[in-house]
Amino acid sequence: MDAVKRYFRSPAAVAGLILLLIVIAMAVSAGWLYPRDPLALAGRPLVWPFSNPRFLLGTDNSGRDIAAQIFYGARISLLIGGVATAIAILIGILVGAFAGYYGGWVDNVLMRITEAFQTLPNFVLLLVLVAVFGSTLTTVTIAVGVVSWPAPARLTRAEFLSLRNREFVQAGRTLGMKNIQLIFGEILPNALPPVIVYASVVMAVAILLESALAFLRLSDPNVASWGNLIGLGRDVLRVQWYVSAIPGIAILVTVLAVSLVGQGLNDALNPRLKGR
Amino acid sequence: MRILGLAGRRLAASIPTLILILIGVFLLLQFAPGDTVDAMMAQMGGGDAATAKELRKFYGLDLSIPAQLGNYLWRLVRLDLGFSSIYGKPVSSVIIERLPPTILLMTASLSFAFFFGLVFGVIAARGVNRWPDTLISTLGLIFYATPSFWFGLMAIVVFSVYLQWLPPGGFEDIGTVRTGIWRVLDIASHLVLPTLTLGLIFLAIYLRIMRASMLEVLNLDYVRTARAKGLDETRVVTRHVLRNALLPMVTLIGLQAGTMLGGSVVVESVFSLPGLGRLAYESVVQRDLNTLLGIVFVSALLVISVNFVVDLIYARLDPRITAGG
Repeated sequence: MDAVKRYFRSPAAVAGLILLLIVIAMAVSAGWLYPRDPLALAGRPLVWPFSNPRFLLGTDNSGRDIAAQIFYGARISLLIGGVATAIAILIGILVGAFAGYYGGWVDNVLMRITEAFQTLPNFVLLLVLVAVFGSTLTTVTIAVGVVSWPAPARLTRAEFLSLRNREFVQAGRTLGMKNIQLIFGEILPNALPPVIVYASVVMAVAILLESALAFLRLSDPNVASWGNLIGLGRDVLRVQWYVSAIPGIAILVTVLAVSLVGQGLNDALNPRLKGR
Repeated sequence: MRILGLAGRRLAASIPTLILILIGVFLLLQFAPGDTVDAMMAQMGGGDAATAKELRKFYGLDLSIPAQLGNYLWRLVRLDLGFSSIYGKPVSSVIIERLPPTILLMTASLSFAFFFGLVFGVIAARGVNRWPDTLISTLGLIFYATPSFWFGLMAIVVFSVYLQWLPPGGFEDIGTVRTGIWRVLDIASHLVLPTLTLGLIFLAIYLRIMRASMLEVLNLDYVRTARAKGLDETRVVTRHVLRNALLPMVTLIGLQAGTMLGGSVVVESVFSLPGLGRLAYESVVQRDLNTLLGIVFVSALLVISVNFVVDLIYARLDPRITAGG
């Protein structure tokens, strides 16, 4: 309860939460406010924002409603960001937990693999994965998750290293608990809070990675995503710059909201580090 | 000498990592639809199955996958990255042509981010929780959340289209031939926007880390001693605090080298710079898998060499590292 109170005492954290709720509300209400397909033709191409009440944010190069694409894009960004983060955290926890708990050769092998993933620039690996497996929504989401797990793995491993010889673990061992029980039942719940907080960083990066991929037209072209729209607006950048500008602000706000919430959680859960 | 030995040992330890990456990516690319020969046949405008078989035999693609992998690694030892059927040249010469813009861009962005991150981090830490700190920290958060390609596009709109101060893209002006200092200035003016674009997110990260590590070091006993000695505040910060507060920043350069290289893929595409990142993008679009694998190899090498240099700097900044062995 203290942590909740501390969270709401920070104006930045509250602002982040409000922004995030707005983005979530956009994603939820998209189908209700814009029942038509956001990628269907809606009117004349390149209508400036605020010039036609039917298209509040104007239309893009091929006459599709930008506001509708922004609302549906919130779904895609949150979906890809959320699922990719879940994948990354899951792999990270498994790798980090086994490496930190068992140590020795298990640790050596797993850390070598982690290092290999960290040495290879993650965007380059993402390009390789997309080149091999194609760019549908599913493959892109999994690919973003697969390139993002090393940092959470290292974090989990560090937590496990500091926890594995504590009294409560030794007590469990004396009681005859199995390794798996100790790892997932005893140590993991204690190691989890910093990893969960770190998930906000992973999610922010995941949203940025997907939008960059979509901007390069290597993500799924059949969904309304913010990155796709920015890439499309690039063709008319010199005059109708708003086509690229508007979705960029949406990405900025979403990533900002996720980071602020993450930082707020961090400060609320570790009050001693506040102000750092 | 000890520093070099220590960093050298770290370098040797990264060789297995490099081999692991190559084997992994090589095996991964076996799942890719179509191989080099398919790409070549498409370029030639089709051909019969016999020609394809002949070509596969010529390039050793009819062998088993482990044998192909062995061949590839053996060729790598001799620095032969294979042949790019799209560019019609050896992959290594394609990559070497594209390397200078990327290295220039990365060095410039890193210097920009490091220098301003340091300055802003120090300013924020000196006035902690007052308005300069709030302003700098807020800007840092916003920069961190800004998609680099979007910032690049908006910078083009403002500085190239409306103000017409800077060129919107390219590495140098190809309309006129320039030499000497004019060529350098021309390239520099082409690199201003890409440098800002790529450096922005790292600026945000560096200033955050610098602020945190300054706050941490400022509370240590030896800083109190320096103050008690009667040194003025500027002296305390520049001579005593900075050196120790810099350590996490230097570590970060090594950790972020890969991210920066990945970021240059996007930035080079925005500003149509003929660099390694753009080559990576093109080889994905054109299914030039040989080149893609070569880029994977070279970017891993780049990251490893950046980390080698970081180890050297680190050991110079903190003598305890070499003393501890």
